[in-house]
Amino acid sequence: MELYELTIHELKSLLVRGEVTAEEVTSSLFERIRKLEPKVAAYISLSEEAAMEQARSWDQRGYQDTTAVIAGVPIAIKDVLCTKGIRTTCGSKILANFVPPFDATVARKIKEAGGILLGKTNMDEFAMGSSCENSAFGPTHNPWDLNHIPGGSSGGSAAAVATDESIAAIGSDTGGSIRQPAAHCGVVGLKPTYGRVSRYGLVAFASSLDQIGPIAKDVRDAALLLNVIAGYDHRDSTSVPTEVPDYQQSLVEGLEGITVGIPREYFIEGLDPDVERAVKDAVGVLEALGARAIEVSLPHTEYGVAAYYIIAPAEASSNLARYDGVKYGLRSRERKTLMEMYRKSRSEGFGAEVKRRIMLGTYALSAGYYDAYYKKASQVRTLIRDDFLQAFKQCQVLAAPVAPTAAFGLGEKVDDPLQMYLSDVFTLPASLAGIPGLSIPCGFTSQGLPIGLQILAPHFHEGLALQVGYNFEKNTEFHQKRPPL
Amino acid sequence: MKITLDEVEHVARLARLEVSADEKQHLTEQMNRILLYMEKLNELDTTEVVPTSHAIDLHNAFREDLVEESLPRKESLENAPEANDAEFIVPKVI
Repeated sequence: MELYELTIHELKSLLVRGEVTAEEVTSSLFERIRKLEPKVAAYISLSEEAAMEQARSWDQRGYQDTTAVIAGVPIAIKDVLCTKGIRTTCGSKILANFVPPFDATVARKIKEAGGILLGKTNMDEFAMGSSCENSAFGPTHNPWDLNHIPGGSSGGSAAAVATDESIAAIGSDTGGSIRQPAAHCGVVGLKPTYGRVSRYGLVAFASSLDQIGPIAKDVRDAALLLNVIAGYDHRDSTSVPTEVPDYQQSLVEGLEGITVGIPREYFIEGLDPDVERAVKDAVGVLEALGARAIEVSLPHTEYGVAAYYIIAPAEASSNLARYDGVKYGLRSRERKTLMEMYRKSRSEGFGAEVKRRIMLGTYALSAGYYDAYYKKASQVRTLIRDDFLQAFKQCQVLAAPVAPTAAFGLGEKVDDPLQMYLSDVFTLPASLAGIPGLSIPCGFTSQGLPIGLQILAPHFHEGLALQVGYNFEKNTEFHQKRPPL
Repeated sequence: MKITLDEVEHVARLARLEVSADEKQHLTEQMNRILLYMEKLNELDTTEVVPTSHAIDLHNAFREDLVEESLPRKESLENAPEANDAEFIVPKVI
């Protein structure tokens, strides 16, 4: 076994026993990165020198007496989180030279827990996209088939974990941006409950939806990493001041007494037969482990795409007003008047999808249209949220596909934004409701592309989703498969 | 038609974006397709439904108004496209 193949929990025990050093592991990862990046392009920036220095410094301190949970463990962070002194581009030309003077809370927590930052991963510009093709730095390639998309927007993070170019990674999820790329790359991804993790220092996209979470090689690692980043932060007033449980305690064997709801509306026309088969087989595995499966209904599922693609662009149009070429970011050379400076800087700096969403959002919020669009969508959001609350009266968790198909081809949907939006149909409702969702590998298509199982749980019950995922994983081998590269 | 070329021009101005004639044409077509799809929401009667702006039951988050350390001026100005020792520089406003 190569060092770069280790999980967090395996690496931790090897470090404690003194069988490897963080320096060895980190340099094996950078060798792996150098070998695979020309094909995969998972990273935007690397931080090799600082990472090696941090690794050596942890090796010197030793791992016997530390309370730092991920001491000496190399981690990649999506380029949407501010990292002090390390360029943070958000996948955009407008922030191509932005070097944050502070750390996002999640980046700080990872550092304090002993994590070693390998670099910043690729993403759709401002996290807007489902394929990583909207990155100003070029797309990431799906490690299972380089002509396919890795998913998005956290495609770089998911690909880096799938290719063993990192031990684990951090992503962000506004409408599926952790769960969908994790599914498409065959790794584990968790979107926590809205409010569970501080967004301080996360470049804002849609503030009522954005949430940060782990992407990992197995469920145990995802649980471990969630504990590192979760918790109240006075710098993010939407973070929730409730206690964070030890998620390792959720990883207990057996699913007796757990009822799994299968939402009928997630098995519709357009669902790929390979995906349907894999998800149904997965439910069979859960039943064999003691869970009871029942059919439930989430009747407003089909309205999720329309509601989300009004709410998210509306919030984005407001959040992205800050890119004005004054305090940071790109400023156009043509700037005779203030207005010209704003318009030219923004038009040169933003890519096509970001402009499209700013336009849609500005339109939806403009005089005369607010009630017809934003208010209407927010009302439908209530109906979608209530669907989940009703369903969770009958079951503890829901099991469903993450996406209707496996990863589609690069370039297949770039010219058809509506088709791209519709591919998010199964991840958007949970985002609108604010509930946690776990994506775990549950099979492969006949073309050999990974398929993801989505496990949704009630607000603040990440532990339940992790328990179900852990048991599935212990009894299957999909998560151990690696792409042939 | 949900949105016309002129409206797209108007919205672009509101959004402080500049769009070329080609872009405007393209955006108008795409936005029309997308907005037409949004019509779907009108299948639902929502007259009695309270809108959700926040998915979690969290209300005003108050904290003590304490003075904390802030970024030094030099660091705050470091990412500015144009600045002197103390200020951001912008084109003449008045």
